[in-house]
Amino acid sequence: MDFQVVVLAGGNSKNLNPLVSKDVPKPLLPVANRPVLYYVLHQLGQSNLKDLIVVVEGEDAALLVGGWISKTFVDGLHVEIAAVPEDIGTAGALRAISHHLTAKDILVVSGDLVSDVPPGAVAATHRRHDAALTAMLCSVPVSGSSDSGSSGGKDKTKKSGRYNIIGLDPCKQFLLHIATGYEIEKDSRLQKHILHAVGQMEIRSDLMDAHMYAFKRSALQEVLDQKDTFQSLKQDVVPYLVRSQLKSEVLLNGISQAEENGNEKLSSLNNQVLVYQILANASTPSFHERYSMEPDGSSQSRKTHKCCAYIASNSSYCVRLNSIQAFMDINRDVTGEADHLLSDTSSDRDNIIGPSPKLGAKTTVGPQCILGEGSEIGDKCQVKRSVIGRHCRIGSHVKIVNSVVMNHVTIGDGCIIQGSVICNNVQLQERVVLKDCLVGAGFVVTMGNEYKGESLARKEK
Amino acid sequence: MGAQKKSATPRVSEDPEDLARNPLQAILLADSFATTFRPITLERPKVLLPLVNIPMIDYTLAWLESAGVEEVFVFCCAHSKQVIDYLESSQWSSKPNFIVTTIESHNSISAGDALRLIYERNVIHGDFVLISGDTVSNMLLTEALQEHRERKKKDANAIMTMVVKQSKPSPITQQSRLGTDELFMAINPVTKQLLCYEDKAEYSKGFISLDKTLIADNPSIILHNDKQDCYIDICSQEVLSLFTDNFDYQHLRRHFVKGLLVDDIMGYKIFTHEIHSSYAARIDNFRSYDTISKDIIQRWTYPFVPDILSGSTAIKVERQGTYRASDVTVSRSADIGSFTFIGQGTKIGNDTKISHSVVGEGCTIGSNVTIEGCYIWNNVTIEDGCQLRHAIVCDGVIMKSGAVLQPGVILSFKVVVGQQFVVPAYSKVSLLQQPTHLDSDEELEYADNTSGTGEPGYKLNGDITPDLSETAYELGAGGVGYIWSVFEGVQDEEWRQSVAPIPTDKLIKLMLEKDEDDEQLTQDGNVFSASGELKADSDDNGSGDDDNEDSGDDYVFFEKEVEATFLRAVNENVKVDHAVLEVNALRLSYNMASVDCAGAIFYSMMKLAVESPHNSASELHKNAADIITKWQKLLKSFLHDIDEEIEVVLKFEEMCLESAREFAALFPQILHLLYDKEILQEDAILKWADEKEGADAADKVFLKHSEKFIQWLKEAEEEDEDE
Repeated sequence: MDFQVVVLAGGNSKNLNPLVSKDVPKPLLPVANRPVLYYVLHQLGQSNLKDLIVVVEGEDAALLVGGWISKTFVDGLHVEIAAVPEDIGTAGALRAISHHLTAKDILVVSGDLVSDVPPGAVAATHRRHDAALTAMLCSVPVSGSSDSGSSGGKDKTKKSGRYNIIGLDPCKQFLLHIATGYEIEKDSRLQKHILHAVGQMEIRSDLMDAHMYAFKRSALQEVLDQKDTFQSLKQDVVPYLVRSQLKSEVLLNGISQAEENGNEKLSSLNNQVLVYQILANASTPSFHERYSMEPDGSSQSRKTHKCCAYIASNSSYCVRLNSIQAFMDINRDVTGEADHLLSDTSSDRDNIIGPSPKLGAKTTVGPQCILGEGSEIGDKCQVKRSVIGRHCRIGSHVKIVNSVVMNHVTIGDGCIIQGSVICNNVQLQERVVLKDCLVGAGFVVTMGNEYKGESLARKEK
Repeated sequence: MGAQKKSATPRVSEDPEDLARNPLQAILLADSFATTFRPITLERPKVLLPLVNIPMIDYTLAWLESAGVEEVFVFCCAHSKQVIDYLESSQWSSKPNFIVTTIESHNSISAGDALRLIYERNVIHGDFVLISGDTVSNMLLTEALQEHRERKKKDANAIMTMVVKQSKPSPITQQSRLGTDELFMAINPVTKQLLCYEDKAEYSKGFISLDKTLIADNPSIILHNDKQDCYIDICSQEVLSLFTDNFDYQHLRRHFVKGLLVDDIMGYKIFTHEIHSSYAARIDNFRSYDTISKDIIQRWTYPFVPDILSGSTAIKVERQGTYRASDVTVSRSADIGSFTFIGQGTKIGNDTKISHSVVGEGCTIGSNVTIEGCYIWNNVTIEDGCQLRHAIVCDGVIMKSGAVLQPGVILSFKVVVGQQFVVPAYSKVSLLQQPTHLDSDEELEYADNTSGTGEPGYKLNGDITPDLSETAYELGAGGVGYIWSVFEGVQDEEWRQSVAPIPTDKLIKLMLEKDEDDEQLTQDGNVFSASGELKADSDDNGSGDDDNEDSGDDYVFFEKEVEATFLRAVNENVKVDHAVLEVNALRLSYNMASVDCAGAIFYSMMKLAVESPHNSASELHKNAADIITKWQKLLKSFLHDIDEEIEVVLKFEEMCLESAREFAALFPQILHLLYDKEILQEDAILKWADEKEGADAADKVFLKHSEKFIQWLKEAEEEDEDE
């Protein structure tokens, strides 16, 4: 498949403070004791998309991520790591690596996507319609805030309910409108001329743009070149392509080039169109073709390009790790209802208890828990619906519920931890009580302290 | 359920509990409260105009009868006497199981008035069908009624079901085949609830706006541009009382439907029922008259076609859709083409060609006449050598030899066209003079109709003829009649709703225009998004934007209302004083301060300026200047002190950052303009500058832009002080 994949892995996302740190950039945040990036790369590998560029913000983070990838995916994947400056946005990142892009189509995936939707299906949809853009849409996750236990750092998470507004054609194949971010706060303005061409548009607010896009390379590069103010794929590039699909400025240039090369090329282009029509099983031409033909039947008097949508089925799992709430939810889901994300991986890890942990007497570890290797738990502890990383030392009479504990954490006797995230190398002294807290890497909570709904981190130097 | 069917109305299956229900009733409005059929409707009510030789109202009544309606209230207003006389003498007065009652009014000027009057009469006892007398349909009501009743049972607020039908408007003219403007409807695909109804969507050119609450409430909405409103409504009793409660509801769609959709206090809901294989359409203008006539001749409306409806007089359907009454005299050499109707007693001379036309009863058509796509009513005389293309010729017209009707001509009753005279395209000719007070504005149509109700007096055409002598030459030698002048501004649009097909050159012109529009749109779009990242920045700062949201939805609604009021004022040329009153009323009802008014009005003005077409910044500036100059009085009446003026500047700044970025470059110019027009005092501007002095750099962008101007102001002030 002539597809190149760009994984936008990100770097030190502000949203996820204090979970991310220098040592653990966002792509390496653990989800069920694996870096979140693992899930995307694994899915890509499964779909036989093996030509990857992983884009990481910041040189240091890139080194860390590169190290991890070369350790983990020794076989199969051909991965390049590219470091880009921080805060240049997703479109900026693509612009920076634009010269690496050579394939006909480019699949851009966000590195924080935890999903079981095969990226190959998105790529296939893209190819079938010969689209300039194909976006993957999935249903808005219904889990999440419903569970009261996992509410750590709620102040930071954006209120759910504001997702995307997406317009689809009646067959749900084409993307006619997309509004994200701030535009949603206002009344939506839909372009009439697209509506005129299609006749009816279904407007959905229960779909989420999963940030997995397939682009035609020529289209993508032109947009990036021409619109140098575009910073974000999701908010600028994709809406732009969708908006201008019947008045394409992108392919316009492509065709004028073809015209320079003489009619021969043009006819081959038409042939291509025909072939794609046959491929698309199009007994009737799509509205794009009708629109471009319309006025007097002469073909291609108007330039159009297609924007398609791939809508993941309701049963599939698809969440982005872009907030702390999402981090909690994903960790819970991957160990619970979405455990197939883990079980079909190469390791035969039991999703209830990891290998070789040392459990003290009368300690219970409930279902939907993961204990990393080398962790030790003392006597009479309780662990419920939680993930505990590697090499943690947990004392006696400790209760851990609905929480994520990362690696090398020391928890003293009699601690009670609920709905919290404990980062690497944290030390909780005896009888600490944490409820809905975030504890940043290397923090030390002194004996007997109680915190509720707080974010604890070391001062940045 | 079959056993429980009521024998009298076999088509309407009813639940046992419904048996106690009243028979199905219908309200038929025999007055369209519009002027689209003038000058013909000055002399005869629209519902009695012949549609393929049968009065329109007969189609409607026949359908109501077949659809299981048992009692019809015919509401007549203009020319009520004629309607009543007709109904009394027709078959409808003597049907068993189908009672037609007329309700007469002389002072109703809108559908709203009509329904209020009917409510007072207290004759409607349950669900009813609301229809106007110019609707042709053959749909079965059963399913729609069933749906309506079931919904009503579950949700008492589901008070109306609207019938819609697939019909895609032409991509070029943006009007349906019935000549009506394009219609945007938002419908919930699951419940079929109507969420938005936009038939005049020109305010926001190029875009259609959907309220964010709709999107929040409905996970999926289908926005239709390909549906046609059939103007057949199944209503519950509440509809009538709603009209009485809201005495300002006039128009069924524009006021009532939209009113219900925006009103979320009462929570009334409107649903849609889509018909697929059956026919329903309303004659709204001359184009739909043409379209529907053709549909009838081509039998889409079966069983409501002339040969079946007319009953007694034998009409034969021949090959190629030619209808011929029994005693028609047609010369052997005459060529009667396809899809043509020839009425009883009509004589047609040698070598005459007729195609795609309707010729009524008792007409005399000479030799060598060409008739194409025309609607010729009864007792018309057409002498030799005339040529008629796409025209409507009413009763008793005489066309002298060699006269020519160009496409789109309307000849009203008893007009005489002189020899060899060529009636120019789209002319409307009548024996009656054009009413002098012309309301080109449709909104005022009902005001117009007050004169319509008094019209029967004119009807004696004979009396009027003498007055015509002086202008008789308008129609050539021996011609009688006035050619009505076309309203200014509407002239170019005449072809849109005419009987004649749209000329090709118009289509080409429109197409080119449309392309340009699109071009502009994409450009606008670019502006819109190119600064998207600018927006993102300001989001990060969490500045202006968020504060705005906090001030609550109320203000947003208020602003919207003010904007709508302002646009209406602009479009209808409402006097400034009236506009001030209206805005004041809004202010009171939303409990806003005049600061808010000033902000909202200014916002509307600027928005209008942005939305009116412009190609460059200087044109935009000119637009803005024009609007400001014209409406400065309105704005000023809310600028009582300096705080309000500052609010205007702040509002403007906000707009430049968000909704109308085109203005960003023009900020200092417009500020200067506002100062020149004495809308803003220099104190206000300086104070604003002071306030902004302390803000972040991002907030000071516009302050920087206008630095020069402010400097100038300061100096001017100092000079003043010096003196």
